[in-house]
Amino acid sequence: MNLFEHIGRFILMIAAAFKKPEKWRVLGKNFIHEVHSIGISSLSIVALLSLFMGAVMVIQTASNIDSVLIPAYTVGFATRQSMILEFSSTMICLILAGKVGSNIASEIGTMRLTEQIDALEVMGVNSINHLVLPKILASLFIFPFIVLISMGLGLIGGGLIGTQAGIITLEKYIMGLQYYFDPFSITYSLFKTLFFAFFIATIPSYFGYYVNPSGGALEVGRSGTKSVVASSMVILLINLIITYFLLL
Amino acid sequence: MSIIVNNIQKGFNGTEILKGISFEFEPGKTNLIIGQSGSGKSVLTKCIVGLYEVDKGEVIYGGENFSAMNKAERKHIRTQIGMLFQGSALFDSYSVEQNVMFPLIMFSDMSKEEMIDRVNFCLKRVQLENKNHLFPSEISGGMQKRVAIARAIALNPKYLFCDEPNSGLDPKTSIVIDNLIHDLTKEYNMTTVVITHDMNSVMEIGENIMYIHKGENWWTGDKHSIVTTENKEIGDFVYASEFMKQLRGKLS
Repeated sequence: MNLFEHIGRFILMIAAAFKKPEKWRVLGKNFIHEVHSIGISSLSIVALLSLFMGAVMVIQTASNIDSVLIPAYTVGFATRQSMILEFSSTMICLILAGKVGSNIASEIGTMRLTEQIDALEVMGVNSINHLVLPKILASLFIFPFIVLISMGLGLIGGGLIGTQAGIITLEKYIMGLQYYFDPFSITYSLFKTLFFAFFIATIPSYFGYYVNPSGGALEVGRSGTKSVVASSMVILLINLIITYFLLL
Repeated sequence: MSIIVNNIQKGFNGTEILKGISFEFEPGKTNLIIGQSGSGKSVLTKCIVGLYEVDKGEVIYGGENFSAMNKAERKHIRTQIGMLFQGSALFDSYSVEQNVMFPLIMFSDMSKEEMIDRVNFCLKRVQLENKNHLFPSEISGGMQKRVAIARAIALNPKYLFCDEPNSGLDPKTSIVIDNLIHDLTKEYNMTTVVITHDMNSVMEIGENIMYIHKGENWWTGDKHSIVTTENKEIGDFVYASEFMKQLRGKLS
């Protein structure tokens, strides 16, 4: 299959996913399960990464500012801008594309391999709607919260290392965080997160759902790899497009 | 209600797998599709249940042309179909109870209590009482098959499909599964279609048999006529094992 055939089949899958569910109650239950599986279970890794990213950002910025003409609070300012605009949304979503994406692709791929998807279809269940829609809705719901948490923890991590290592005083750091703050930067970050969330849920679902069952476990593994590569590339592309149109 | 397949043709990437198969699967009987590996048994079954679209021909369920229906129209037929897959196809993340309850949740208007009663009834029918809260990974292959049968009959289906129900099971458990399928067929007057290449199953439950060879309906009959047929292909299949060869020697 060439790229255009993949895109065509992907669009058809999305259309099937957004058909009216068989039972709203079942969708609700699956949605809650996916919120936990995709979002809540990722919180610890997101928290750890965000704290470290914020901390490294402060050290990097401070070590690159030599001039006395540049005020100390610039460290806080640069950390805030980097965390809010790029790191908490793009970086975290790239990492989640790996963690969540490979999980989704292997879960759905194994269901295909073990005929669980066939079982759903024979029963008359729209398997794409049943399996993929809860993942899309859960990702769209939980990812903005994850990104907000990442922003907060990143700034806390930066503050902790900055003050504890004697790089900057807490007052100067907070002053930097508040300096020329534009709330639109958070809106922009959350806006692009919604796109990332959509593709993190759908691209791995696509590779898992259409895995070749005769390829066995090897093919399921490949689908996981393909889904992570493809969703990472789409995230970077979407990031570029949204940034160009919203910030330029 | 019977299932009639009429001149079914199906191919993949230019290779013809099914070459115009016609047959009537009779209600209240265990209808067997037998044949060697690669003969097209599974493809035919997937065509009948609608997992594959046929290239030519038609599948008729109780007088309704299933092949001519769209996805939405097929739904009311699908809810009358129960299927036991080769690997059971139980949902890993669901318990035994949730697996059996799944079709009830999706397609019935039962209350929670009614659903639990029905699940318990189905599990009792397959001799799996008190296993409700175990997960598929915690039970044996034979038990998994029985849970899959319980799930398949949960909605009182008119049609039951079993794809190699004995694969991976020991001979004793295989007979238990075969007898269960046979008894349920009689009990619910279902049209049961069993795909197998196991001669023990053929001799145990084969009431209406179709032998497929290279995508064609090569022979039809029952378990009595299959052992006496003069057809060489069937003879090679039936008497492939040393045990059957010796049995033939003794009988003759």
